[in-house]
This record gives sequence, C-alpha cells and structure tokens, in this order.
Amino acid sequence: MTTTTDGAATSGAPAPASGGSSSRRPRGDAQELLFPTREQYLGVVGALRAEGFETCADLCAVDYLAHPGRRLPEGVVPQRFEVVVNLLSLSQVRRVRVRVQVPADDAVLPTLFDLYPGTEAMEREAYDLMGVVFEGHPDMTRILLPEDWEGHPLRKDYGVGRVPVQFKDAPGPR
Amino acid sequence: MSDATTTDTGDTVPHTDTVLPDPVSGAAYEEPSATGTERGLLIETSEGAQELFPRSRTAPDELRREAGAVLRLPEGVVVNSDDIDIEQTDDETMIINMGPQHPSTHGVLRLMMELDGETVLRTKPIIGYLHTGMEKTAEELTYVQGSTNVTRMDYLSPLHNELVLSLAVEALLGVEMPARADWIRMLLVELNRVSSHLMWMATNGMDHASTSMMIYGFREREMILAFFEKTTGLRMNHNFIRPGGTAADLPDGWEDDVTVICDTVLPRLDEYDELLTGQPVFRQRSEGIGNISAEEALALSLTGPLLRSTGVAWDLRRAMPYLRYDEVEFDVIVGTFGDNFDRYSIRLNEIRESIRIIRQVVEKMPAGDYRVQDKKITPPPRGRIDESMEALIHHFKVFTEGFKVPEGEVYVAIESPRGELGCYLVSDGGPKPYRMHIRGPSFVNLQGMPVMMRGGLLADGVVVCSSIDPVMGEVDR
Repeated sequence: MTTTTDGAATSGAPAPASGGSSSRRPRGDAQELLFPTREQYLGVVGALRAEGFETCADLCAVDYLAHPGRRLPEGVVPQRFEVVVNLLSLSQVRRVRVRVQVPADDAVLPTLFDLYPGTEAMEREAYDLMGVVFEGHPDMTRILLPEDWEGHPLRKDYGVGRVPVQFKDAPGPR
Repeated sequence: MSDATTTDTGDTVPHTDTVLPDPVSGAAYEEPSATGTERGLLIETSEGAQELFPRSRTAPDELRREAGAVLRLPEGVVVNSDDIDIEQTDDETMIINMGPQHPSTHGVLRLMMELDGETVLRTKPIIGYLHTGMEKTAEELTYVQGSTNVTRMDYLSPLHNELVLSLAVEALLGVEMPARADWIRMLLVELNRVSSHLMWMATNGMDHASTSMMIYGFREREMILAFFEKTTGLRMNHNFIRPGGTAADLPDGWEDDVTVICDTVLPRLDEYDELLTGQPVFRQRSEGIGNISAEEALALSLTGPLLRSTGVAWDLRRAMPYLRYDEVEFDVIVGTFGDNFDRYSIRLNEIRESIRIIRQVVEKMPAGDYRVQDKKITPPPRGRIDESMEALIHHFKVFTEGFKVPEGEVYVAIESPRGELGCYLVSDGGPKPYRMHIRGPSFVNLQGMPVMMRGGLLADGVVVCSSIDPVMGEVDR
C-alpha cells in the first residue's frame, strides 16, 4: 500500500499553508491519500474505522479507460476502474481518501456496508452507473436507472445515444 | 424490467416462498395474485428488484439493514433482536406505495412502505425518476460551462452547487481568489441558505397542514429571489459563481437591498415562532417523531441539520472553513433528541445565524476585484472586446475551448443547507473534467428515512420525509 498527500498528485498546485491567512484554498483538499490493493482494501478501511474515522462521506468510481497514463505513486498498478472512498473523522477534523484499483475483467470489490452502513446507496450508485459489483452488499440492485437498463452509462466506452432530429420533409426512420 | 417479466406474459407464475430475489441479476418479483390488465400495469410500472418485497421474499440481511441492526451502535444501545420481526408473516402486513406522483414527497420520490395497521414497519425509498445523467453531461462540458450544469442539481440552493464546483476547479488550478470574490460568494450562498430554509419552512408547514406558513415562507423567499434576479439576472439556476470568481460584481446599492432583506426576515422569524414553535398542535406532531440517534446518523453518513439535530456539532463552515467563514462570527445550532422538532428549530435558527453572517459580510466587504486576474481563466472585460482584436480572440477562446486544468484529482466539500455537498473532480489535463462526481447530501440523507420512519405512524411519515428535506434534483442528478 502506498501513502501520499494531495500535493504529490496535483503537481503545480501550491502546498496549502496551515492556519495562515495567505492560503485561501479550502482545507478539504489537503487530504491524505491511501492506495491499498484490492486484497488490502477491507483491512485498511477497517483500520481507519478503528482509528476514528466515524463516517464515510463519499464513495464513487472512476473509469480510467480514456486516461491510461495517469500519475500514480510507485508500486501502484493502474487498472481501468478506481473506487474512491472519502472517509471523514469528526473528532480529528480529518479526511482521508482511499483509492483502490479494480481491474476491468473482474470489477468486483468487497462491500464496506458492514463498516459503514451509509455506503449502501453510494455502492448501489457506483454499481448502477459504473458497473463495479460490491460483494456482500445486502441489496446490489440498480438505484438511479430503471431495472431493464442495459450497460453502465458512466463507463467511458458507453455509447451516448442520440435522438434523431426529424425535420418536416425528412423521411421517417424506417 | 428483466427478461423474466417481459417474456412471461402468460399465466401467473406460481409463487414460491423460498426463492429470494437474486440481488445481482435482479430477477423481478412476480405479484402472485395479479391477472390480465392488472398484471400488465404491474409489469409496466415495475422497478424490479429495486422495489420493496414482502418479508417472505426478503433476505434476513436486508431486513436487518432496515431495522438498523447492522448499525454500529455502542454497547448497551444494541437494537433488541426481538424487535426485528423477521418471522412476521405477509398476511399480517401490507405493502403500500406512495409516489412517485404524490404531493408530499417533494418531487418524484417513491416510497414503498410495509404497514401493520397504521404503523410503518419498513420503508424503502425508490429513486431515479428524475435521473438525467448530469455527471455524464459534465464530462462533455468545459469547466466554463460546468456551472450551468451543476446549478440545476439542487435547485433550491443552486449557488452552493456552483460554489463547490468552482472551489474544486480552483483547487486543481491552484489559483487564489481575490478577497472580494470570496466575500461576494459568501454573501450569495448565505442568502441562498436563507431562501432554501424558508422554502423548507413553507413546505414543512404545508405538510403539517399549516397553509399560512406555506404562504409566509414563499413571501419572504421571494424577496431574496428578487435580489438574486437583480444581481445574477436569474431567479434560479444563476450560473453566477464560476471557476475564477463570479460572473459580475454586485449591483449598485446592494447593501441597502440586503439590509432590507435582513430587517424584514428577522422579525418575521419571530412571527413564525408564534405561529408554529409555540403551538401545542405543531409540537405534538413534531416532538418525538422521526427520532434518530447520533450513532445511527453517523453510521448512515447523514450530514447537515439531520446530524446536528442529534447533538453532533458538525458544520463544515466551522470545522473545515472555506471562503472566509473563519473571519465571521456565527453559532452552530445543535439539537438534542434528533426528532422532527429539533430539525425544525435548527433550520429556523440557522436562518438567524445566516442573517448574522450576512450583516457581517455587508460590513466587511472589501473593495477590489470580483474575479481572479489570470488571463488563462478570466475572459477580458466586455469593453476591451470592441477595441482589441486580441481581446476578441481571447474571449472567443475562453468560451469555446475553455481553459486547461492541470492533471489531478481533488475532493472539495462545503456545507449546503442540506449537509455536506462534495465535488470529486478528476482532470486529465484537458479543458473538460475527466470525471465529476457530486456527493449530494439529499441522496445520502435519504438513507436515514427507513430508520426514522420505523415504528411511526403513516401520517407522520409525510412529516418525516419533509424534515429530511430531500431535493430530488440532487438525489437523482
């Protein structure tokens, strides 16, 4: 597992000063990043839970199909999907972002439901729109799209449909 | 509908109690008794596996999820296992459907509820009726155009949406905002918080059958919308807060307008107190209704007034200040019991605190630029376009191609009237976001509904739904 801070991931951005009035950047983006492998994922999040991260603020998936050469710390093998989990500690006023790589041919990840029941809807959304399956989730169904929808629209290879524009004299579609 | 339903248009399928719906393939549940037209209607309106099933068809895990048994409660507060009535048979209870077209669900929210008489046992919100793929759309729009998209998500607090996107883009760009831009943004989002809470007071009053509150809430909100129209040109969906600052400076005489708003709204809040807060009928209908504990709220990732009503003093404006919130004085309002009445008082008093912030903003507003003077991000002033060819080209470039944002990813969160509004932005170095994800507080807060409804009366369900304050535009995106 590799740990880094945001400063390494976003080059060119000045490092946020702590407390001083010179830097007005939101403190929210000065977060720690963790890059566990899929096998370490549950353990790492569980350890963070025990460390005092009471709530999971956000969980979403990113499809890096069209952006393969992204910057990752040493030792992290890039995969097509990445699931990003934002944990929040109210007692320590601290955020941590866990980014886990998920391969395209086996887009499965264990669910965080037992640690953070609040991820229930977020994991369903990630499954619905990105097609990452969360194993052990009590209700792994689509959430935003109708049941009979085909495909996962936020994937980069998902064809964006087009409604043919019909002009007055144009022949019909068939 | 899944294949199982569409191909199966003949006779009814024999109902087997032992088969649970497959959660991954989403095999649809077949209503055993329906035939003919009724069956056709069922198929047409089915959301398949997303729906709430009778107990016999629901996995114990899912039943416990709704009962809150899996919530990580501290020792001693553990949910009594007898309370989770998995054994209850289907013929004792009834599943009814509320919405998506229902006046009190505040939009196209569909609730499926299992009732035992008038008592709500299980609730499942079914969402997605307003899904328009805004996160996908965002990938096709430049950063300049992006705020026109996000502003339509939470349509009751559009400026917060614009702000969170702008802050995320600016964090990736690494630009510093001029002081005046920060203060203008703060003025606008606080006014927006007031208007959003007023709107909530109005609709919540309506759900309590107080039509006067409905009219008063809208009346006060109208003043703020009029100010927004004067400032931004639009009553809603402003596209005013943009990456790099704001679209324009505040109009002349804005101090007077804002002061009039503050001076009018503040005494009227006292009138609301008289109308609702002290009313025995209102109190009986809201005290002790829709309770949720701090542990449950944290486990379910609830934020905003919902979390604060349980006694957790968590407000991002105070805890992780953005803009200039560390330079103004305000109180974080917290409740004690986590019931409807606490959520009502929190929102009412947050209006007072917002007005307090607005008055300080009027006092402290610095002179200077309302947007960052970075030629890469900011279009030239309108006057220059008429005299300079380069300015015209520059203007054209900014609005057609947009500006490039350095590669990277960032998560920024602000306190919207509904809770933590987050934006996760990934850039591949181009002029359009590679991925933009909005963490909508309404979407996450809806998860609290089954817990808050459990054991309550159906008539209170309407009020509980209202007190969560979901905005469906943001839930479904």
